[in-house]
Amino acid sequence: MRQIIIIGSGPAGFTAAIYAARANLAPLLIASSVDAGGELTKTTEVDNFPGFPDGVQGPDLMVAMQKQAERFGTQVVLDDVTNLDLAGETKKVTLGNGEVHEALTVIFATGSAYRKLGLADEERLSGMGVSWCATCDGFFFRNKTIAVIGGGDSAMEEATFLTRFADKVYVIHRKAELRASKAMQDRAFADPKIEFLWNKEVEHIYGDTLVTGIGLRDTVNGSESTVDLNGVFIAIGADPRTHLVHDQLTLNADGTVAVVGRTSRTNIAGVFAAGDVIDPTYRQAVTAAASGTVAALDAEHYLAALPKALVMGATQPGEYTPESAAVSA
Amino acid sequence: MSAAVDVTDASFDTEVLNSSETIMVDFWAEWCGPCRAVSPILDAIAAEHAGKIKIVKLNVDDNPQTAMKYQITSIPAMKVFQGGEVVKTIIGAKPKPQIEADLAEFIG
Repeated sequence: MRQIIIIGSGPAGFTAAIYAARANLAPLLIASSVDAGGELTKTTEVDNFPGFPDGVQGPDLMVAMQKQAERFGTQVVLDDVTNLDLAGETKKVTLGNGEVHEALTVIFATGSAYRKLGLADEERLSGMGVSWCATCDGFFFRNKTIAVIGGGDSAMEEATFLTRFADKVYVIHRKAELRASKAMQDRAFADPKIEFLWNKEVEHIYGDTLVTGIGLRDTVNGSESTVDLNGVFIAIGADPRTHLVHDQLTLNADGTVAVVGRTSRTNIAGVFAAGDVIDPTYRQAVTAAASGTVAALDAEHYLAALPKALVMGATQPGEYTPESAAVSA
Repeated sequence: MSAAVDVTDASFDTEVLNSSETIMVDFWAEWCGPCRAVSPILDAIAAEHAGKIKIVKLNVDDNPQTAMKYQITSIPAMKVFQGGEVVKTIIGAKPKPQIEADLAEFIG
């Protein structure tokens, strides 16, 4: 048994791991098999993370966070959690490979998952012109016409990034103003390849084997229109990833995991939550990292208050070896 | 590094289309994070099902003709070939059990 298991490998998870590992709690961090590193691994330049005056590449930042967590004895496992049993004093975490890990505390930092438009053709044409990852797929739209759906920071970042490849990038937003930060808006407005289509909702995605166009409906006057294009990048936000815990942890109306005040404490003793999965508002790399710190400190205090015999029974510092990490990583 | 053989525009006919084996081509690129994540999973599947399916990699940066021919617009994209025809397409990095389920008809 362990003292602490951290689920999630974004800024919240790794920062929690850095703090927990430095407190000699020898954390086990379940990073996921294909989404390790979280959302930042799908971004390019990150210019708002303090300490990097010239910016840093999102994937590089996450590799650095992982190394920092491992330096102090975090064991990182590249697998997915398939089941969580949080009710008892001992929490049970089941992985995709069938292993069951036990711990006295769990930090739940699973972040959020891309929201979909909810159109039937969106799924059908996924990988045939419909994409959720500009940095992965922009390359294939050289000299093409594409649309980015959404009005937030990630939509602006994708639109600006995609102008490197595409001849023309429409930004389609269902309102008349953007939610994106001023800096991101200004960059997008200044780009001659970007054209904004305001108050428009995507109703159809057309195409047989490749996307050929989209059907739009005006959210103000209801008029319909079509746009011929080759690709659709969907950036309409994300929902907290709570499918593992929705019947165990109390959720807020917005879908985030409910925590007590400014702490990371959930409704179950020994279970803490951090990062985008508890944050409907800010959702920045820095706020997620700070939230991970809060969770690690809360877990540490919780463990300190447990009967000593119980904590001594859990994995003690020193059991961790670099070899054990190498096997699973 | 991946154990899978690299195929190219030049070798695609010989290695994939004219092969008598079931071949899965992993279309990937260096700059694609999800491609790097799924690569070891594909290696593991290939190792566990040797003889049933062979997995090869095609770098889309270096081999644009083949990527264009198969209308790749999203990577990672995995296409299974039998007798020169695409019989299955898997889009995106997914956990191992999901990819194994997608490939059940070939590795089951």
